Parts: sequence; structure tokens; C-alpha cells
Amino acid sequence: MSTPFATPTEIVLPERFATWFAARGWQLRPHQAAMLGKARDGRSALLIAPTGAGKTLAGFLPSLVELADPAKRPKMALTGRGVRRKGIHTLYVSPLKALAVDVARNLEAPIAEMGLEITVETRTGDTPAHKRQRQKYAPPDILMTTPEQVALLLASAEAPDLFGALKRVVFDELHSLVTSKRGDLLALDLARLRRLAPDLVAVGLSATVKDPNELAAWLVAQAPSADRAEADIVTAPPGAPPDIRILEPTDPDEWRIPWAGHLAVHAMPAVIAAIATAKTAIVFVNTRAQAELVFQELWRINEANLRIALHHGSLDVAQRRRVEAAMAAGGGPGGLDAVVATSTLDLGIDWGDVDLVIHVGAPKGASRLAQRIGRANHRLDEPSRALLVPANRFEVLECEAAIEAAAAGAQDTPPIRSGALDVLAQHVLGCAVAAPFRDDDLYAEIISALPYRDLTRVGFDRVVDFVATGGYALKSYERYARIRRTRDGTWRVANPQVAQTWRLNVGTIVEMPMLKVRLVSGLSGPVAKMGGRILGEMEEYFFETLTPGDTFLFGGEVLRFVGIRETEALVARARGKDPRIPSYWGGKFPLSTHLAERVRGLLADPASWKALPTQVREWLELQRLHSRLPRPGELMIETFPRGGRGYMVVYAFEGRPAHQTLGMLLTRRMERMGLRPLGFVCNDYALGVWAATDLGGAFARRRPSLDELFDEDMLGDDLESWLDDSALLKRTFRNCAIIAGLVERRHPGKEKSGRQMTIATDLVWDVLRTHQPDHVLIEATRADAAAGLLDIRRLASMLARVKAHITHVRLSRISPLAVPIMLEIGRESVPGSAEEEMLREAADDLIAEATGR
Amino acid sequence: MTPATLLRTPGDAIRLLDEELVALSCGAAFWPATRTLIVADLHFEKGSSFARRGAPIPPYDTAATLARLAATITAIDPVRVISLGDAFHDSAGPERMSEQDRDRLMRLQAGREWIWIAGNHDADAVGDVGGVRVEELSVGPLTFRHEPKRGARGEICGHLHPAARVRVSAGTVRRHCFAGDGARLILPAYGAYAGGLDVASRAFAGLFEVHRLVVHLIGEGRVHRFPAGSIVGARVNLDGTARPRATRS
Repeated sequence: MSTPFATPTEIVLPERFATWFAARGWQLRPHQAAMLGKARDGRSALLIAPTGAGKTLAGFLPSLVELADPAKRPKMALTGRGVRRKGIHTLYVSPLKALAVDVARNLEAPIAEMGLEITVETRTGDTPAHKRQRQKYAPPDILMTTPEQVALLLASAEAPDLFGALKRVVFDELHSLVTSKRGDLLALDLARLRRLAPDLVAVGLSATVKDPNELAAWLVAQAPSADRAEADIVTAPPGAPPDIRILEPTDPDEWRIPWAGHLAVHAMPAVIAAIATAKTAIVFVNTRAQAELVFQELWRINEANLRIALHHGSLDVAQRRRVEAAMAAGGGPGGLDAVVATSTLDLGIDWGDVDLVIHVGAPKGASRLAQRIGRANHRLDEPSRALLVPANRFEVLECEAAIEAAAAGAQDTPPIRSGALDVLAQHVLGCAVAAPFRDDDLYAEIISALPYRDLTRVGFDRVVDFVATGGYALKSYERYARIRRTRDGTWRVANPQVAQTWRLNVGTIVEMPMLKVRLVSGLSGPVAKMGGRILGEMEEYFFETLTPGDTFLFGGEVLRFVGIRETEALVARARGKDPRIPSYWGGKFPLSTHLAERVRGLLADPASWKALPTQVREWLELQRLHSRLPRPGELMIETFPRGGRGYMVVYAFEGRPAHQTLGMLLTRRMERMGLRPLGFVCNDYALGVWAATDLGGAFARRRPSLDELFDEDMLGDDLESWLDDSALLKRTFRNCAIIAGLVERRHPGKEKSGRQMTIATDLVWDVLRTHQPDHVLIEATRADAAAGLLDIRRLASMLARVKAHITHVRLSRISPLAVPIMLEIGRESVPGSAEEEMLREAADDLIAEATGR
Repeated sequence: MTPATLLRTPGDAIRLLDEELVALSCGAAFWPATRTLIVADLHFEKGSSFARRGAPIPPYDTAATLARLAATITAIDPVRVISLGDAFHDSAGPERMSEQDRDRLMRLQAGREWIWIAGNHDADAVGDVGGVRVEELSVGPLTFRHEPKRGARGEICGHLHPAARVRVSAGTVRRHCFAGDGARLILPAYGAYAGGLDVASRAFAGLFEVHRLVVHLIGEGRVHRFPAGSIVGARVNLDGTARPRATRS
């Protein structure tokens, strides 16, 4: 619920500010005035505003006004150690270091121009140690920082002095912070800040979200067994509606829209043409692999020599900073015409000259697309321009659905997570590092944070027990406890080493084991002892799949894999044909439920097809003729024979992770039912399964019936037995184990000197799940997997929904709609459970060969 | 029970000089001619070793390793068991071992010869865990020691925790493995928390005649035999400064 804006008569800007606004020809915007009003009344508030609405200024203006008033400036206070000092007035927290630095720079101008005596400083991982140390005893009025630094500051002995007089905390891009474990940790830190400064006012700055009230509740303290408390919400008027178009051939013979694939190579000439019309364009893609390929392809046909750069998370930081600096220079000299980027540019500093966003591939979600489109044009009254480039026919439908969603202003941001237990474990230890705590007090503090509102006391005690001695039924680690309850009833850190280890491992972002990619001389023969320059970092597991001599694409170059030395992958430039494309785990968002529903609606309503390109329309017409179209509310399944095998295509539209899980569970069950499944494949829209039996015939005879096959009970024992062995679960466990402090992060350099102990978390998982399956970290791992990589929640709700609404279409050959999924066959990697089978097959083949049988 | 109850699976034979050994899927080797069971790198009490340095890894590893060992011993009833060193993760391991685990270990030793070869982790181990301690041991033509000794023939050792990645129909699979070339056999680490090191890594350079190298990967209920040609990266150790494979753990 939005509260009415305060009128300008209620809010009077101090003269210095009014003069400054007037000198720039600015007027106080209504939402800026409203934020001043909230501050005056001491109310926490969530500001929802589009890009270009002066969101940052709205967030800071109240702090500047207050700090400019000598009567309200924080007083020097006597601290416990007899030093007179003042604490921080306003804490600003940003998800990105670069954003914190940029916002600090932007604040300096008004402060200098108005002659205000306000100090602003940043504190990030890059801040020199001496400055960080000085900030602890002589803090600035306004400190701009990141969530990890907040956790570290809160665990320092100076925390009560630093934050005791804190008036405001401002969370920038709050919508993006709360969707991850980082948000869980930040919520706990906010609860801690409120304890140190009970009158603290929290401010959130956010893009438009589906449920603003939930976000508003995140900002304020929750009371046990009371209604949810919420901060006030201030909503700025939306900007001009964006101008979004889908790229399609001007005449049907120009090019064909591919049936499958995600690379849109066919459309690159049109993308180049679009870039040429813009001052500066951002070409967004969904994965790093796509970024590499699109970049490569654009340069191949870049006859006009447009200045096109590449930006993704694996590239060397210095390289990324150079690209960002060039972006800031805009389309002018020293600037860029376009940058190909992944989600690394979804957030961040504003670049004035970006006037076109090109989105290659599926939009995946309405809010996500809106956010990306908002990166073009930061003037409110002008529409942002966007061009959507679908890479295949289903993506055309998805793009169309996304445009409809944008026109309707629909949002599909995910709901706020319930707080993870591994994050809680890290926080509990951090609290002990800061000062001895009483468990009753800490429990009360923790459940005041929205994500942990429903945490039971038993659950909390289990986490404390884990932090102390590992939480094992076999109580053999009492003497190695990390925290101990002392005679006065408080929990204390057992030794200084515990605190030091905690500091080194703080944070919730866990990277896959990475190797630096170092360019060495391309000559064959011995590898140079001294390396060349570092190109970036890539996941270690990618190199596990390479053999020296293999070529791959990275940073827009074809590289040859030479070998691995310590923590570096050595590569040389190569003239490769057919380089491999690194596949990455990150960045693979599933299609949102909201867009999926719209795509289904579009499919079922031929009247709406006129908006679609001719080729896509013809494809759907053919499907209608040859088979039928899935209707909303039903689960349509096609079966057909092909090459002596029985195929089944399940049009579930639940996104790839949920389909992957469904595929695993279905094939297990089909195996038991004697249907002899041979494999499965999935994309965001459908799941394809093939078998050595006539599936269509079996379903027609109701042996089994489809309702039986798709019964929800597959989420019971089948799921359990599969999960226990799933590689996905092991990977998830590794993250939880690191965040919870069971094992240490890898610290580059330390492992070499042997100062770091390492243990493979896979082995720990196997032992723990056998000996204590109800351990708190196993619970945390399963909860993570259910919501994330396996998307069990979405699968469960689908299975419940489609019960008795499954339609079987038995065909004599493949249908037009089934072609895209069938083309995915062979592109998939091996699911974990087949590993043993393939190993046996490979070994037996060799034996047969050797023995001549 | 007699050795006849030993369940053989295809390709589980390992030749070392003129002796035949059997690679068991639990990670131990059996020498039928002398009814000797051989295990390497048990790393008992690795969990508690981490715990005492602040990382409370689950304390169930010793019990898990012992349970696997007990099942094998019960099935084939060896007259002699040889542990190839690093039976404990550190020298204080025997002191930390629980009463229960110690009893179980003692029961396994009843009625058979039990030999602890000294490793680098547990060289100064104190505490009574039964058996006989030796630096190395020769039985017939074979020599048992912890670390491979360059130039030696007919030795069975541990220490290196071999693992291999092999090509299969779709991609590659990596497992702990036995690695041997007919003159030397290196056993996989047996301990529940013991990691693996790629046979293609530098540490193995020069230990095997590459064209004779055969690995037996540990599978479910059996081992899988592969020649060097199937091992990813086996022939490409470059100049010895680079690892052709990435995996460390």
C-alpha cells in the first residue's frame, strides 16, 4: 500500500538545498519529498522507482539534510575506552563494489557544491588495510559498503561505537539483494544493527517488484506471533513505457527462424545493423557461452569496424574495468558502440549514452527483462528502446509473451526466501566473534529478521550446537568446541584462531573451484617457466573435460589448452576450427512461471497468432493439423515411434531444472514398470523421453495409465533415493559446508604452502548422509536443492495441478512442436546415475575386444 | 569360510611380476596365493584431526572405513592383513580413536597376522592398536612399502592415492583406482575421507612404463579395468612442470 506523497508545503528544503536545486534547474520530485517526510517522521520506507527517477538522491537527501543541520549532527561521545568519537550516521549497502564507489562519487558533487561538512567514504574488499583500520576509530558520516563488509564490521570489537549512533541504513537494489543467501545474511546483520541502534531507520531502494509489501517487511523488525510489520512504501511514477520489438525477417525468405539452439547466429547481421543505429548498445545474453559466441560472430561480420567489447564474470577484473570505463565514455571517442554482456551488467552504474538494449535469446522472466531494458536511456520521459532477438521458435513465443507482460506492467520477481540454516550458522559464529552472547537474546534478535521469522527455538539450538561442536549425535568433539557456554551463561569463542578463520571465510558467495587462465607462448615443446598474462578465470571442472591440444573459445579468442600448473590453466593462442564452447553452471535461469503461463495462453489462442512471424504461425498451424495444441490447465503428452524406439514428449512448461528432475524421476519409474527407458532430454518448455518399448501403445492400454506414471508419489521414495546420489546435491552440499564454516574456502596461495587443510566435500557428504541423515547441514542442502537446482517445489505444484488433466496424443510420427526438443538429443551431458552403467559398458567393451569375443 | 567365497568379477585380476592379485571393489587388493589382504592409506581419524584444528568434519569416518574393511575381511577371511601406511591421518590419531572403534579393530585382528607398515602421516604414532609395526616388508617376490621407491620391482605401495579419469561413451568418469604396470602396483586410498590424485599428475611421473599401465577403477560391486590409452591425459605429462588434468581432490 502506498502512502500519499507529502506535498511540497509540508516538506521545506533547507535554504542551501533549495538554492542548489534551483541552480541546476531541478525541482524536488514528489517521491523525493515523500522520502524526506518519512525521514522526518522517523519511518522506515521502501522506495520503488524506475531508473532515471533520481532514486539515489531520494535515498540520501534525508541524510544530507540532517547532517547539514548543526543541531542534529552526531555528537562526539565518550566510549568505553575513554576516547571521544562519533559514529556512522548513514550506512549505505550496495550489492556491487563498483556501485558503492560510483554512488559515493556522485554524492561528492552536491556536498562540495553546497559546502556541506559531511564526510563520505567507501569500504570494500579493495580498500587498503590502513584505511579500513582508521575507519574503525574515525568513521565517516556516511559509509558506503557491501554486505560482506557489514558482517565484518559487526563482528569487530568497535561495532557498538561505530553503529551505536547510526540513524539510517540505505539498501540499494534491494530487490536483487534479497533473492540470495546474501540477502539472508544481510537481514541478520540488519537485525544486529537494530539491536545496536534501536531507533535505526531502514530505507530500501528497489526496482518494481511483484510483491512490494514483502520487501517492505524485510526492512523492519518482526515481532513474534504478531501480524507482519511493514515499512511504508513510496512509489515513484513509472517512466515512459518501453519501446520493445522482436527481430523478425523482413520477408520470409530472408532467413529461417531456427527450430532449436540458443545462439541466434542467423540474426547477427541484423544485430550489427541495429548496433549501427544506436549511440551505444548493450547486447544482453543469458550465459557466458552465448556471450563468447555472439561476440565472436559479431566481429566476424563487423565490416564497419564498430567498437564492440565483451563483458562477463570470467574475464579478468582489470579487463572488465577497462570495458566499463569505455562504456562510461559512451559513443564518443574512446567509447564503445556496443558491449556483449551477461548478468554482470544487469545492475550497476548508469551509462548515459546507452540508448538501445538488444536481448539475444529467451527473456526468461518479465521483471528480469524489464530490468535489463531499463539499462537503456536514463531519462524518465523518453521510452527505453529494446530489440528482442529470439534464437528459436519457442523463444519467439516467449519474447511475444514478455512484450505482453511488459505492456501489462506484470512482474514475476521471486518471493523472499526463507532464511538458510548454513547462513545462520555463519552469523551465529560471527556474533560470538563480536562479543559473548546469550542464546535467548540472540534467538529473539534473529527471529525479528523477516527470512528467519519462522525459525523455531529447536532449530536455532541445533544451529548453535552445530557451530559449537558440529552438531553430531556422536558427541566426540566437545573438547574441540569452537564456541563454549561459560559459567555466566554466555557463549564465547574458544580461541582467537576461531575468529580469524571466521573472518577469512565470511560471506555467502561460493565460487566453483577456479583456475586462472594464463596465456603462454604458442610454441610447442616445453612450457615456459614464466607465464604470460592472465586472461581471466574459469571453473576447474571445465578443464577436467579438456585434453591438452583441445581448443576453446574464451574472451573472444580461440585458445589451445596446454596444461595445468598449480592453480593456473596454461593456454596458447590457436588457429582453431571448431573450438569447444565452455559450458558454465551459472546464469541458467529457468523460464518464469508467469511467462510460461503466457506462452501457454498464446499457444492455445490462434486469434493471438497474428502478432507472430509468419514462419512461427505456420509452424503452429501445422501442429494443429498434425497433432493438437496444449491447452491451459492440461498436461499434453505426445507419443510416437521413431527409428525402432518409442518417444514421449511432455509439454510441461515448467523450466529446465524442474524438467530435469522430472526426467530423472520418470525414467526411474518407467524402468520399474518395464518400459525400458533409454534416455531423456529437456529444455525450458518440454521433456522428451525415449524407450526401447512402444510407449504410445502402453499408455493407450493404460499399462501404465499416465495418471499412474505422473502420480505425485514420485516425489517420495524415488526422489529420496535419487537425491542421495545426485551430483547436484553434492555440489549444493559443498556450498552449504563452506558457508556454514564446516570446511574452509580455498584461499589462493595458502594451499600451496600447505597452511590450508583440504578435504573433498563429496566424501564428507557420503559419510554424513549414511551416519546422520537428519544433520542440520543435510537439511540445509536439501532445502537449497529443492528450491534451486532441482526446482522440486515447482514440479510438485505441477504434478498436483495436472492430476486427471493429462491428455495423451498418440501419433504415428513426430509432431512439429516436438521437433525442437528432439533436436536437443545428443547435446546433453550425462546425468550422474548413468555413470556407473557407462563405466561398465566401456570396460566390458575393452575386455570383449581384447579377448576377441 | 574359504577363499573360494571370494567373488570374482570380469577384469579384476592384476599381474605383478609373476603373481596374480585381485582388485576388490572396496579398494583393497587380495593375494590369493598367500591369502593376504592389502589396504593402503586408511587415514583413520581424519575427521577428528580436522576438528581439533577448528573444522568439525563429521566424526564417522573411522567407523565407516572400519565397517567396509570388516565386511571384506568377513567375506574372504585372509590369514594376513597388511596396511601400507598412513593408517592414521596423524600421529595422535590412535589416541583419539574411540573405544568402540578400537575394539572393532582389535576384533578384526583376531586369528590373523596384522602388519602396519609405517607411513609419513603416522610415522610416530603412539597408542596401542595391535599388530606388528614395520618399515617395509617382503613376502616372496613382493615388497610392501608406503612410498613407491624409484627403480624397485615387485613392490606394492600406497601414499599417492591414485585416481583416474577415463573416457566413456558420453564424456569422462573419474574414480579412485589401482594403478599398476606389472612391476609396481599402487593401491587406492581406502579411508572414507581420503581423496584421490590423478595418475596423470606429476607425482606419478616416471613410476610406470606408460604403455604397460593398467588401472582398475572402483565401481559399485566390481572394478572396471582400463589400459593407459583410455586414461585422459596419461601420456601427456609435458615437461613435468604442468599437470595435464585439473583435479586435485
